Amino acid sequence: MTDSSEDRTAVPSQSAAAGSAAAPTEAAPERDAFLQVRDLKVHFPTDDGLVKSVDGLTFSLEKGKTLGIVGESGSGKSVTSLAVMGLHRASRQQRSKVRMSGEIRLDGKELVSADPDEVRRLRGRRMAMIFQDPLSALHPFYSVGSQIVEAYRVHNDVDKKTARKRAIEMLDRVGIPQPDKRVDDHPHQFSGGMRQRAMIAMALVNNPELLIADEPTTALDVTVQAQILDLIRDLQKEFGSAVIIITHDLGVVAELADDLLVMYGGRCIERGPAEKVFYEPQHPYTWGLLGSMPRIDRDQTERLIPVKGSPPSLINVPSGCAFNPRCPYADVPKDNLTRTVRPELREAGGGHYSACHMAPEERQRIWTEEIAPKL
Amino acid sequence: MVLLLIVSAVTFGIFFLLPKLAGQSTDQLAQQYIGKAPTPADIAAVKKNLGLDKPVYEQYWDFLKGIFVGVDYKFGPEAAKCHVPCFGYSFKTHIEVWPEIQSRLPVTLSLAAGAAVLWVVSGVATGVLSALRPGSIFDRMAMGIALAGVSLPMFFTGALALALFTYQWPIFERSDYVPLLDDPFLWARTLVLPWVTLAFLYSALYARLTRAGMLETLSEDYIRTARAKGLRERKVVVRHGLRAALTPIITVFGMDLGLLLGGALITEQVFSLKGVGAFAVEAINANDLPNILGVTLLAAFFIVMCNLVVDVLYAAVDPRVRLS
Ligand SMILES: Nc1ncnc2c1ncn2[C@@H]1O[C@H](COP(=O)(O)OP(=O)(O)OP(=O)(O)O)[C@@H](O)[C@H]1O
Ligand code: SF4
Ligand SMILES: [Mg+2]
Repeated sequence: MTDSSEDRTAVPSQSAAAGSAAAPTEAAPERDAFLQVRDLKVHFPTDDGLVKSVDGLTFSLEKGKTLGIVGESGSGKSVTSLAVMGLHRASRQQRSKVRMSGEIRLDGKELVSADPDEVRRLRGRRMAMIFQDPLSALHPFYSVGSQIVEAYRVHNDVDKKTARKRAIEMLDRVGIPQPDKRVDDHPHQFSGGMRQRAMIAMALVNNPELLIADEPTTALDVTVQAQILDLIRDLQKEFGSAVIIITHDLGVVAELADDLLVMYGGRCIERGPAEKVFYEPQHPYTWGLLGSMPRIDRDQTERLIPVKGSPPSLINVPSGCAFNPRCPYADVPKDNLTRTVRPELREAGGGHYSACHMAPEERQRIWTEEIAPKL
Repeated sequence: MVLLLIVSAVTFGIFFLLPKLAGQSTDQLAQQYIGKAPTPADIAAVKKNLGLDKPVYEQYWDFLKGIFVGVDYKFGPEAAKCHVPCFGYSFKTHIEVWPEIQSRLPVTLSLAAGAAVLWVVSGVATGVLSALRPGSIFDRMAMGIALAGVSLPMFFTGALALALFTYQWPIFERSDYVPLLDDPFLWARTLVLPWVTLAFLYSALYARLTRAGMLETLSEDYIRTARAKGLRERKVVVRHGLRAALTPIITVFGMDLGLLLGGALITEQVFSLKGVGAFAVEAINANDLPNILGVTLLAAFFIVMCNLVVDVLYAAVDPRVRLS
C-alpha cells in the first residue's frame, strides 16, 4: 500500500523568512529537542476551498516533559497531533486529500517529507496516541487483549503467548482488576474509564517515547477524569516519555503540563511555561479561555461566559489578527494594525511567546487591572 | 422450535391459499387428476382416494402426516406407498412429487452454490478495491458495470451470454447437466454461463454494498486506532475495515441465498437446465397443485434455514450479538 510517487503532497516548506515564529532561540543551532515542529502547515483542499486547519505551527518538546495544547473546537489541535503521528498520510486516499509542509522532527528524524512507510514503522513504537472516545476507538469485534497483542506484535517479533502475557501485564499496570480475565473481554464489556485505561495500555505497550493524548477525558465522568489524568502522569514519570495532552479545558492541563500552547484558527497565539501562560497570560484570547474556565472556588452562576463570537473560518481567515472580530481590544493598537497585519509571536522573556499587536506593557496592565481581579 | 412454528404456519398458508388463488374447486382438482372427460363416479372416487372430500383441516393434517410418516394410498387393486417426505403425486404425471424434486435438486444446488461463491468473491473484492480508491478509474468503471448489472434483466444478460459464447464463439457448447461426480470438468463447463449470468446481477449488488460499507467503516475511529498502531494499510483494511463491513453483507447474503430459487427459475429457463426452478415453472404452467405445493414448501424451508444460518454467523462475527 505504500507508494512513494504519492508523496509529493509534502510540498517544500516556506522560506524561513515567511515562517511565523522565527524566534531567536529556535533559530539557534543548538541540539534539536526530542520533538521539534517547525512551521507546520496542514491544509485540506475541499469543494468549498482550501481549509487551513494548521497554518504555521512551531513548538518543541523534550523527553520527560508534558506539553498541553488548548484551544476551542476547530482550532486544529487534533489535526496537529494526527500530523505528528503521520495519520494524515497513512493511506493513499488520505494522501490525496491533504497538503502538508514544514518540519516535524522526532529525535532528529524528519517526518513530513519521509516515506509514509517509514513513519508507519515509528507509529505505535516510538510514538503512540490515545483518543477522545475509547468506545469508538476500540474495534467492537475484537477482544481488548487481542487488540493490545496486535499493537505489540506489529513491532515485536514474538509469539502470541508472549504478547498475551505482555498485554495482561500492561492491563495490570494501568489498573484494570483481574487483568488475566478481562484480557479476553470485548470493549463493550468495559466501563468508559476502563476502556480508556485499556487504550492507554495499548498505546504504551511498546514503551513509546512520545505519547499524544487527544482529549483523553472528555468522554468520561468527572470522577474518572481525574483518575485517568493521574494515571497518565504516573506513567510518564515511570517511562520518562514526552507527552502531549490536548484539551478544551485549561484547568485539566494547568497542573499536569510543563508547557502550554494556545491555538487559535490553526495557529499558535501564545505558548510558554505552564505557570507563565496560566498566571500571566499575555493574549486576549487566552484571557477569554481562562474566563470561560469552570472554577471550583466560585459559584456556578458567577462563571464568566465563554469567548464571545464564533471560531474563525479556516478557509477565509480574517486578515490581520485572526482573533480581531472577537477581540475587545482590537482598536487599541494604532493604524488599524490589528486588521491589516498579522501579529508574529514575540517573546516576553523566559520562553513565553504571544502574538498580539498591543504593547506588552499595555497587556500587562489590562491583565492585572481589568482581567485578573474578575477571575 | 420457533422455526418449526414458522414453517408449519407457512405450510398452512400455502395449503389453504394456493387452491383458492388458482380458483379451483375440489371437483376441478379431481377432474384434473383424472384427465380427460371423467364421469361423476370417477370424480367421486378420486376425491375419496385423495381425501378431497374431507374437511380442509383434516386434509391439512393428512398432508403433514404424509410429510413426516408417509402415506399409503389404495387405488383399486394395487396399493401405493408414498415415502417420507410425502408431498403426494403429480396430478399430471402421477409421479411422486418429492423424488422428482430430489432428482432435480443437484442441478439447482450446483447452479446456486457456484453462482453464490462467484458473486460473493467478485462482488466483495470489487467493492473493497473501489472503496480503497474512490473516484479512481477502476472505481468508476466498476461502479458503471455494477449499475448495468443491477439494471439489466437476467433474460437479457443470459440470452446475450448464450448468443456470444455458445452460438457466435462456441466456447461453451450447449449441453445437458452433468453430475459433478460423473465428470467435474463437464459439470463446470455446462454451468459456467449460467453461473456468470446469475452471479453478474448479484455481484453488482454486492460490489455496491461492499463499497458503501467499506467507505463508512474506513472513516471509523477504530480504523484510525489501527493505523496509529503502525499496522500496514492492507491489514488495516482487511482485518479492521472489511471485518466490520462484512456483517451487513452476511445478512443480505442469507436473504439472497434463501430467495435464490427465484433467480434460478429464470436462469434455468434461459439455459434450459432441468432444475427445481424449471420444475416450478412447469408445475405452475400445468396448474399441478401437488407439485406447486412441494416446490413452494421447499423454497420456504430454504429461506428459513438460510435465516438460521445467518443468525449463527452473525453471532460468530459480532460479539455484541452473542451476549444479548
Ligand atoms: N480531513 C479533513 N478535511 C477537511 N477539513 C478537515 C479535515 N480534518 C479536519 N478538518 C478541519 O480542520 C479544523 C480543525 O479540526 P481539529 O479536529 O483539529 O479541531 P480540534 O481543535 O481538535 O477541535 P475539537 O476540540 O473539536 O476536537 C476543523 O474545522 C475541521 O473541520
Ligand atoms: S492583535 Fe489586536 S485583535 Fe489580535 S489579540 Fe491583539 S489586540 Fe486583539
Ligand atoms: Mg479534536
